[in-house]
Order: sequence, then C-alpha cells, then structure tokens
Amino acid sequence: MALDQDQVRKIASLARLQIDDGQIAEYQTNLTNILDLVDQLSAADTDGIDPMAHPLDAVQRLRADVVTEENQRENFQKIAPATEQGHYLVPRVVE
Amino acid sequence: MEWEVVIGLEIHAQLATKSKIFSGASTAYGAEANTQACAVDLGLPGVLPVFNEEALRMAVKFGLAIDAEIGLKSVFDRKNYFYPDSPKGYQTTQLHHPIVGMGHIDIELDDGETRRINVTRAHLEEDAGKSVHEGFSGMSGIDLNRAGTPLIEIVSEPELRTAKEAAAYFKKMHSIVTYLGVCDGDLSQGSMRCDCNVSLRPKGQEEFGTRTEIKNVNSFRNVERAINAEIERQMDILEDGGVILQETRLYDADKNETRAMRSKEVENDYRYFPCPDLLPVIIDQDYVDAVKETLPELPDAKKARFENDHGLSATDAAVLAANRDLADFFETAAKIAGDYKLAANWVQGDVSAALNRLEVGINELNITAEQLGRILQLIKDSTLNNGGAKEVFNALVEGKGDDVDGLVDSLGLKQVSDTGAIEEIVAQVLADNPKLVEGYLATPEEKRGKAMGPFIGLTRKAAKGVNPQVVMEVLKKKLEELG
Repeated sequence: MALDQDQVRKIASLARLQIDDGQIAEYQTNLTNILDLVDQLSAADTDGIDPMAHPLDAVQRLRADVVTEENQRENFQKIAPATEQGHYLVPRVVE
Repeated sequence: MEWEVVIGLEIHAQLATKSKIFSGASTAYGAEANTQACAVDLGLPGVLPVFNEEALRMAVKFGLAIDAEIGLKSVFDRKNYFYPDSPKGYQTTQLHHPIVGMGHIDIELDDGETRRINVTRAHLEEDAGKSVHEGFSGMSGIDLNRAGTPLIEIVSEPELRTAKEAAAYFKKMHSIVTYLGVCDGDLSQGSMRCDCNVSLRPKGQEEFGTRTEIKNVNSFRNVERAINAEIERQMDILEDGGVILQETRLYDADKNETRAMRSKEVENDYRYFPCPDLLPVIIDQDYVDAVKETLPELPDAKKARFENDHGLSATDAAVLAANRDLADFFETAAKIAGDYKLAANWVQGDVSAALNRLEVGINELNITAEQLGRILQLIKDSTLNNGGAKEVFNALVEGKGDDVDGLVDSLGLKQVSDTGAIEEIVAQVLADNPKLVEGYLATPEEKRGKAMGPFIGLTRKAAKGVNPQVVMEVLKKKLEELG
C-alpha cells in the first residue's frame, strides 16, 4: 500500500509535525515500507478468529471509587511553561 | 415543498462518582483551578489509567433502565485530537464495543400520546478540561479539574421529528438518570449537555438530508429553541435552492440563532484505535443481574402506579413522577395523610408555589414531607380548615417553627366544629350587633344569602378556626329563628 505525498502531509498535520517539502519523499518511502511490513499480516488466515482489543489475554482491573489523590498543583505547575491564577497558560484558542 | 425534520440527540451525562474514571482525583464541582487534576489527568508520561468500578456500575444501571443490551465485553478506544483542554492528545472513549447497546425510552407528547424513541448506544468516556479565554492577557487559561470526569454519552436514533419531541426526550433522560442517581442532573453546572443533530428532507424521501450539529445545549428550553431556530435556517436555505453544509454550530440564546463554529481547515480524522493502556472490560450476567436488583422504581412505572392505584389524573401523575425527590416527598406526605389526591393538590399547589417563589429544590424547603403529611391529616380530621392549614404551612416554610401541632395551638388555628360552641359564639355576635340583625331582617328573602356575609366574618373573627361549614348552618338557623 503506497502513500501519496498529500497523505503524508495530512498525517503530519494531524500529528502536529512540521516537515519540509524536501523531506516528504523520504517519509513517503519510509511510511510506505512500514505499511507494507504490517500488510504482511493480511496473508495470515484469520477466519473464525475474534479480533483482539489487546495483545494480553487479560481483563481490566477495577479500582474502588475512592478519592486517593491530594492537591499537588504547586509541584505540577513548577514544570509548566506558564501558569497564572492556578491555570495552565496556552496560546489563545477560541472557536 | 413540505419538509420532514430529522433530529438525533447526543446527551453527555456526568456520572456521579466521587473520583475520576481513570484516576483517584476528586470530581467535586467548584474547586480552585487544577487542584483536582492529578498526574493521570494531566497526561504526564508514565502514568497508567485504572478504571473506576462505580463508573462501570452506573453505566450498566443506566443501560438496564432503558432496557438496553449490556456489553459484557466493552473496550476503550483512543479518539485522537489536539486541543489544550485534553492534554493527552486523545480522549479515552468506546467506539466499537460500548458498555450499553440498543435500548429505548418512551416520551409523552402534548396530546397525551406516548412515543417510543430508540437509543442507539451509550458509551463510557472521559470529560475534557475547561478553557478560559478571558482574563489571561491574550493567552487561554486551562483548568483540568473536569478532565477525566466519567461521562456516558447517550446517542439516540434519528427518530425525533420536532423540537418539542427532542426537548421531551432530553427531559425524560434527565428524569431517568437522576432517578437512578447516576447523574446529579445539574444543568447549570454542565452535568448534562446535549448535542443536537438536525437535518431536513423532502417529505417521503428516505435518504437523510445533510445535517448540522448544534453543540453543548444545556437547558430543556434551549434544546427546543435552538432546534427550531436551526430548522428555520435550514428551511430558508433549502427553499431558496441552496445547500446545507455539514458543520458544527453553536446556539446563541440571546439572539435565538445558531451560528457556525470556525470550521477546521482539515476535516476531523480521529484515528481511533483500542487503548493499549486499558484491557477489555469483562462482566458476566451475574454482575448485570446484581445491578438490576438495585434499580429503583422508574418514572414511567411510578406515574402508572399514581394513576392506576391512587386515582391521580394523568397530568398530575406525570408532573409528580418526573422528579424523584418531589415524588418521594409527595408520596411520604400522601401516605401519612392517607389521601393521595389531597397530597397531590397541595404539592402541585402551595408546595410548588413556595419552590418557585424561593427558587429552591424540594429538599431545601423548610418543610418536610412528614410535616406536610401531618397538616393534611389535620385537614382530614377537621382539626384544621383550609385557611388554617395554609397558615401552618407558611409558618413552617418561613422557619417560624417546626412542630405542626404546636403551631396549630400557638397560632390558635384549631378549628371549632362543635355546634354547641359555635352556637354560643354566633348568639354573642348577634347580640352584639343588633343593627346588623335589624338590617338583615329588613332584607328581602332572596337577598338574605348575601346579607349573611358580615355575620360570617364577625363570627370567624371572634373565634379563629371555626369550621365555616358549621358557622353557615348555625347562622342560618339562628337568623331564621329571629324572623
């Protein structure tokens, strides 16, 4: 399965990655190779096999509905680039 | 051309758990920004989500209440998108294997008809944080306290045909989740929010028209108004031969119109995949049966019981059954009084009036169901007349006491029904007012009914709480004796 250059640009945009036009051909080849590698799985006979949601044959563990976390805002906000009045600041986003 | 309206609703209901869906942070509303956002909620590297058993139980309970298939195996997926109020870069939700499958609810229409609306599914997911765009000097402030609050998203089939039906559906869902106690239903705090999908198609056409989605409508009234505004907008465009763009819109309640949200340059592509941090959630039939045991009587069943077993009108039964707290209050009082109709009149009359006047919920009112029940008992055994009962009721509501019998005594409201006692009072009134008596006797027979009014007033003034029925009889007799 070969990706075209527009698909590469779209994937980059969805992942918020900035790539130069000069790099697109290389990504195109590399990503296509990865898809081809994964595509080999299609050769396996999967008739009658339920799709797996997880590679581990295990079941989700549940926790009791108890508040166990304390307020650690000060510690967390030490590593944030910008905070004000307890809020994390980001470039203005308005829809 | 005649158009058919097609509406589907997606309702987000916050589950009333104490802690978040995947972390041990508190879900309490109104805390200072980011004081309830832990490492898991912030999406810091290396953290792992662990699923809250109460969120699971509540979702299953909801599913059973709408008679839905319960997913014995449900799977969490990642819905990928970038927005600062979702710091992980994805929302954990359920795509292919939701906890609740196809179910249904019945809504009542104005003409008394009932319509069944199918519910496609309800899945578990996490809420996002909140962005604040004002007051941060050109930046946006992010509060992640709400991030990770458990939600069920309830998706209806596109079977609603009018804005009124959509509002009735939203109301009914609100009634059900609050009855179950799985959501506090507080619309003003965003505990329930509704996205409305609206499209039009020529009547008779099977294919759906292009739909728009009105995001985050948060009141019953606005659901109705927003949808009507959108129907009108789409109809104008279609009648003029235009086309509807598939887009997300917001409802402006002040202008009563919907407007497009800034369209994204690239169409959303959420690239869902199973969340590798969470394993499939497996439950068995025993678990489902055990949850079923905990289902309370639901609004429809309660309404039917009020109507069929206790003789309430369909309207009264519907109003009283719609809200669980109100229904419980009503029924406790009704049982004490031994009279459902009398209790229904009072709850719909004086109690509702007090709630509206004070703008409080039934549990914040200064009168308990037991106290109302006692008042009604006293009406039934003629200790109180209606006016006296209202006085006691108001005294309680105004916090002037909390003992019904004590208030009846201290306010001197005990109704005198004893004919002998009333005869004495009436005789005294007549003796004290010879001129009035003269005037009455001079009144022609056919006008005497009206002329009796002043005597009734004087008698009731002389002895508060006299039974008006008895006063009338005694007065009539005494005056007749005089001439």
